[in-house]
Amino acid sequence: MVKSVYEEYNILPQKLIDEVRDEATANKLKTDEIRKVLERVKNAFDSSQVNPGESIGIVTAESIGEPGTQMTLNVFHFAGVAEVAVTLGLPRLIELLDARKEPSTPKIEVYLQKDISKDAAAVKKVAVSIKQTKLGELVEEFTINMTQFRVEVYLDKKKMRDFGISENFVSKVIEDTLKNASVKINRDFITIKPKAEQFELKELYQLREKCRELHVKGVKGIKQVLPVKRDNEFIVICVGNSLEGVLDIEGVDCRKTVTNDIFKTEAVLGIEAARQAIINEAIEVIENQGLDIDIRHIMLLADVMTSAGSIKGITRSGITGEKESVLARASFETPIKHIINATLKGEEDKLNSVIENVMLNQEIPVGTGLPSLIAKMRGNLK
Amino acid sequence: MTSEYIYKKVGSIVFGLLSPRVIKKMASVKIVTPELYDKEGYPVDGGLMDIKLGVIDPGLRCKTCNCKLKECPGHFGYMDLARPVVHIKYVKQILNFLKYTCRECGKFLVLKENLKGKGLKGFKTLKDLGKCPHCQAKQFKVKFEKPSSYVENDIRLSPIEVRARIEKISDEDIKLFGYDPEYARPEWMILTLLPIPPVTVRPSITLESGERSEDDLTHKLGDIVRINQRLFENINAGAPEIIIEDLWDLLQYHVTTYFDNEITQVPPARHRSGQPLKTLSERIKSKEGRFRYNLAGKRVNYAARTVISPDPKIRFNEVGIPKSVAMELTIPERVTSWNVEWLKELINNGPKKYLGANYVITLDHKKKKIAEETKEQILIDLIPGCVVERHLMHGDICVFNRQPSLHRMSIMCHKIVILPGSSFRLNPGVCTPYNADFDGDEMNLHIPQTEEARAEADILMQVQSHIITPKNGYNVVGCTNDAITGNYLLTDGLSFTREEAVQILYSIGVTDFSTIKGKNIEGKDIFGALLPRNFDFIGNSRDGRIVKIEKGKLVEGFIDKATIGEDNGTLIRALYAKYGEEAGIDLLGKLFRLGIEVLLRNGFTTSISDTDLPENVVSRNKELTFQTEKKVEELIQQYKDGKLEAMPALTSEETLEKHILQNLNSLRNKIGEIVFEHIQGENSTILMAKSGATGNILNVVQMAASVGQQSLRGGRIRNGYRLRTLPIFEKGSLSPLSKGFVYGGYRTGLTPTEYFFHAMTGRDSLMDTALRTPKSGYLYRRLSNALQDLKVEYDLTVRDANGKIVQFKYGDDGIDVHKSEGGKINVSKIVKEVMAYG
Repeated sequence: MVKSVYEEYNILPQKLIDEVRDEATANKLKTDEIRKVLERVKNAFDSSQVNPGESIGIVTAESIGEPGTQMTLNVFHFAGVAEVAVTLGLPRLIELLDARKEPSTPKIEVYLQKDISKDAAAVKKVAVSIKQTKLGELVEEFTINMTQFRVEVYLDKKKMRDFGISENFVSKVIEDTLKNASVKINRDFITIKPKAEQFELKELYQLREKCRELHVKGVKGIKQVLPVKRDNEFIVICVGNSLEGVLDIEGVDCRKTVTNDIFKTEAVLGIEAARQAIINEAIEVIENQGLDIDIRHIMLLADVMTSAGSIKGITRSGITGEKESVLARASFETPIKHIINATLKGEEDKLNSVIENVMLNQEIPVGTGLPSLIAKMRGNLK
Repeated sequence: MTSEYIYKKVGSIVFGLLSPRVIKKMASVKIVTPELYDKEGYPVDGGLMDIKLGVIDPGLRCKTCNCKLKECPGHFGYMDLARPVVHIKYVKQILNFLKYTCRECGKFLVLKENLKGKGLKGFKTLKDLGKCPHCQAKQFKVKFEKPSSYVENDIRLSPIEVRARIEKISDEDIKLFGYDPEYARPEWMILTLLPIPPVTVRPSITLESGERSEDDLTHKLGDIVRINQRLFENINAGAPEIIIEDLWDLLQYHVTTYFDNEITQVPPARHRSGQPLKTLSERIKSKEGRFRYNLAGKRVNYAARTVISPDPKIRFNEVGIPKSVAMELTIPERVTSWNVEWLKELINNGPKKYLGANYVITLDHKKKKIAEETKEQILIDLIPGCVVERHLMHGDICVFNRQPSLHRMSIMCHKIVILPGSSFRLNPGVCTPYNADFDGDEMNLHIPQTEEARAEADILMQVQSHIITPKNGYNVVGCTNDAITGNYLLTDGLSFTREEAVQILYSIGVTDFSTIKGKNIEGKDIFGALLPRNFDFIGNSRDGRIVKIEKGKLVEGFIDKATIGEDNGTLIRALYAKYGEEAGIDLLGKLFRLGIEVLLRNGFTTSISDTDLPENVVSRNKELTFQTEKKVEELIQQYKDGKLEAMPALTSEETLEKHILQNLNSLRNKIGEIVFEHIQGENSTILMAKSGATGNILNVVQMAASVGQQSLRGGRIRNGYRLRTLPIFEKGSLSPLSKGFVYGGYRTGLTPTEYFFHAMTGRDSLMDTALRTPKSGYLYRRLSNALQDLKVEYDLTVRDANGKIVQFKYGDDGIDVHKSEGGKINVSKIVKEVMAYG
């Protein structure tokens, strides 16, 4: 019985209907009251629909641009007491809209699978397995043995235990990465010797430096990990942007783990995820600044940036540079370049966007300039 | 009505290169001499100011179109170049043509079957191929030497040779380069003829001394003509090749700088004063160039600008303008048989008496100035169909604007009120949308001149239509400052005699006194008297208490910022939703004036004594401060002993800083609580903070007790000297005082070091503002340029200019934020309404 009432109004967004249903159960409304509520909700919904012709792009630009003047330039912010510093405020917003290939402070928020996310010890274990470990961090001392022509690596036993790495593992990793060197485990140290018969001393030094930077375990590019409690579960905040590597780690909840790198998101999870990432990141900046911008504006912005199937920035090489109209492009930046290229191709400007018509003192095709009449003519038009 | 002009719409614009044929065809004169004027000062025939190129002198007529100044659009001329020169903007394209086509047969150096849709870039190596696959001719590498010459086998190719080569390229092969041969034949990139722009684009100015000062372009063209002539003469005289080549290079230089005077490796052509000439490219480029300065932005008539000042007595959608402005700006009024008498009266008043008229436009579109001498004749000639440009008057429509115009509420339509004085007057309530204050701000006013423009401004742009911002769906216009304080006091226990109440209500424009009865009138009833009788409302005040209005009567709670203020003033919203824009703005205006009127009668002052603290509060503050200091000392000691446990991912130093900062910040909060507890009540400063009118408790605390920790970049003041912030402190000191904690309040005063730290943060925030403005301005410009074409179509999809769909439904639900309540449909409100009233 009650169900049918909601079905009558299924033209309304599901979220609104759910909201009405929740309110109705909470207030114990009768069916006819629910119908009344729904009718009024529908009226409110209908009367708040956008007007066709609304210049929604400009409204969006204004709604984001105007609060931009109120944002702080304060680059870093520590959300919470002991979290990783991230770029926020105007610089971050600019970075997002520019669609820079890498954020200045890449970060991954790793959510963990339910069975371990509440166990601090287990979380720490996962965190350690994510963090990239270079050989240099595990080693007490690198020495160059001149007489034997080899590099000797003294491992830090305590750290090895902490990271859960065995000597054998290290030597195997070294052997796998350094193709032109032979590795041998001695009692206290590991020796590394170039395979080539003849080599210079300089090469030994190079080898040592190479060893220092050698990737032993963890996810490449994750420089720092930090388990943090959030909403009664632990998450791991990682500095770095290697999302695909982190998702491979056992115990990581792939469905919830996110990064603030929109290009990484696109590469790993696809363009729709990238769109959502742009929205989330922009909202984070806005809320952090204590501003209030409706999500619809940010959604439109994200849609514009991603609707071509790849991420395009709001720059002269991105959205604006790909406009069809020569004059629209020329009026933004580098006008001469655009005109020269247009002459080569014999480009035709159809004058169907705003700025060209402003230039020519004609009606613009948005807002009140949108409607036009089709008239039946009798006789010739003078 | 007939119009002088036939308006046509430009359908499209095609870009392309000018071929020599077209240049000749569109030219009206051939330029042969560098002289400009003869002895009488008359333009020389065949000179750069030839009268066939258009006129810039009043009185003269153009020999091409026989039109006068302002009517003649100007005409092109042309010039024969003695030797061809390279167009500097196409050097790269010419190079590509030379590189990728055969030097003998002009065919593309790759066979068609090998191309397979790959771009040019894939074949870079093929230029070393050595042989043309078509005619087997040997190929050489062509190098480009900046700025405009080509070298093959260490021999420089002259533009004639280059032209001869690229002439041979077939149309088919040009398409392979991605160019359209119809609009861009390669040989057109080598100039043999030079089009001479009309004089109207390079007008000369006559100086006060009667001397003529020519435009930069004319100077440059003069140079070109002069060199060209010398080159011609030398060629005809059979001068040695070296001399000819030198002159040729010079011609190339002049033509190059004519197009672009900012090319690297080309010394810019200069005036005699040493200032570089502004030639074609510089005219187009940048913010001051043609595109952004003249085409995308236009200057207008019928506008005024002056200082603004407040007038709370006028309505929100009104603007007070001085008489001097009203008599200068006009509105065209068409004469009809109904208004002819009235307009005659205005004409009779003339331009110098208020409510007169300045001009009359007759049926044949002649504009006649009204003056004492012409008045009579104009009155006789005035027939229906003429247009009278009359002065502005009360109720006329204008468009009001304050820069920077960051959102659409920066330009709104107001109704005109004529007021004495010389400034624009606006209701302080609309300061927020304009972001204006009265410390010397100026604003612009425009008078729309056509019926369509007026209708659009009236219907779409009036203040009442823009109370709710599309940014987040909250109201940007509401009661501010005194208006809130007044309403707060009024509804929170004030009472008046009936006489006073009637006076207050009458002064704000309420004439219905039937709701106020009895001798003593409660403030709440006065407030209720201006609400409509059928108005019901339930909301919350700032502290969360319920505010209830039943049948136009305030039955519970009091009014403060949460109900009538800016940014989600719930009462304003409710009034708006129920009674519409027109009545809404009227009620809002009344609320505003009521608040001010109450304060006017009741008196309201804030003084230094508002920050007086009782003895016990001062001592308690001292005690608290002492405790915190002690705690900080303990922390420092712990740190020095190495006992302080570092927080994750932080060093122990950073941890210490964090702890200290926390303690010091909480100290100020605690002091705030104590201060607030004790100086509540009849304290104007606190009252303003509490009602939400201005300021907050923190401001009071900073005045009365302590300014608190000065923070710079999220931390305490960092050391600027070795191990200390200032040399009067001990080295390595971590004490609150040495790290920017200000113990003093603004009232007691700051010590020199405190003052210094305070100035540091002050300077930092100034810098932040100064650096932020251009950054956010550029971001905004990019955003608006990228998004300006997006519009909602009739099917509610969002599309760009070419009809490409960006969103299938705007915001997924098609809700316009401007029309919604904070971007949402308020379901719980509807439920409550249904439950309460059915």
